[in-house]
Amino acid sequence: MSTLAMIFIGAALVHNLVLTQFLGADSFFGVSGQVKASVVMGAAVMFLLTVVSAVASLFQDLLLTPLNLGFLRTFVFVLVTVILAWVVRKFLQECVPEANQALRLCYPYLLGNTAVLGVALTNAQSGYDFGQCVFSGFSAGLGYAVVLFLFACIRAQIREDDVPETLRGAPVVLLAAALMSIAFMGFANLS
Amino acid sequence: MTRLYNGIVKENPVLVLLLGMCPALAVTTTAVNGLGMGIATTIVLILSNLILSLLRDYVPAEGRFPARILTLAALVSVAELVMEACCTSLYDALGVYLPLMVVNGLLLRDAETLEPGESALDGLGKGLGFTLALTVLGALRELLGSGTIFGAQALSNPIGIFAQPPGALLMLAFLIAVLNAADFGHKRRGWAFPSENPDEQEEGKQ
Repeated sequence: MSTLAMIFIGAALVHNLVLTQFLGADSFFGVSGQVKASVVMGAAVMFLLTVVSAVASLFQDLLLTPLNLGFLRTFVFVLVTVILAWVVRKFLQECVPEANQALRLCYPYLLGNTAVLGVALTNAQSGYDFGQCVFSGFSAGLGYAVVLFLFACIRAQIREDDVPETLRGAPVVLLAAALMSIAFMGFANLS
Repeated sequence: MTRLYNGIVKENPVLVLLLGMCPALAVTTTAVNGLGMGIATTIVLILSNLILSLLRDYVPAEGRFPARILTLAALVSVAELVMEACCTSLYDALGVYLPLMVVNGLLLRDAETLEPGESALDGLGKGLGFTLALTVLGALRELLGSGTIFGAQALSNPIGIFAQPPGALLMLAFLIAVLNAADFGHKRRGWAFPSENPDEQEEGKQ
């Protein structure tokens, strides 16, 4: 039980995907411009991370390790990630019109998401068993979704502020993320 | 020539297009890491652009994205093995961010509509721009964060935060703000929503 708690705190807070490892940074900055899209994206990535962690762990344990094919890991994991992301996208497009509307322009961020592939690769190197992989994928996804939503709210606020000319656009957004990242450094003592 | 200039200055992937944020922020703790990541990305980008533009007549439009992913996955796997064999310390420093090159927004752009030569040149320009940005970012963070530059002692009182993750965001914000002030790229940098960037839109990815 305490191992699971440590995995949860570690993956969701201490090693937060976006703010300490910059996994999924592209999607984080790209999608957080709109609160609605960020909620859908957060949920989609959370789901995807859990499933990809499971599938990737199965591939690793049943195929790559027994057959000594470690050098094919990147190739196999990329395929798993992109195919599953494509399935999630298709599902959102066909079955959830509201989510599709919000995420219409953000699908590239879902298909080419560094967070999903990154977690699969990190899990494979960490030596977790199947259950721990799935749980750590879920925890990391939860951390990503929460931070994405909070940051989208901050950006909605920034848009109404009178920002100095030089800092408008990307710099002020990056500064806000830097402050958030400093705040998350405080969690480092938990592990 | 214009294509090279565009890739390095006017459409610098990191500083203007804001693509490839993940490696740009994560590996730039030292100048050498930034340079290594940049060079590896440049080589993969040139090769993938070349291969895909040579194949463009044989791949139907809906097969472009899968073709690109497969090509990149193969090239990056090779790059990983080569780097593990040749420069192990850099390989260890880049860690998981080397295989993550496959899903770098910069490499997922479609360039196969161009002639093979043009496409490779476009890759070279963008790659050099990416390398330049990562090296500058890495050098500044190394200098301020650990007081060294390319490993040589330069500063006696480093400011630790620049070697940490928040330092990457601060430094990039600062660089882009300076460029904004100098109006270097003649373009406001920011994540527009919905995306104005044609290759970030849905059509190219189907």
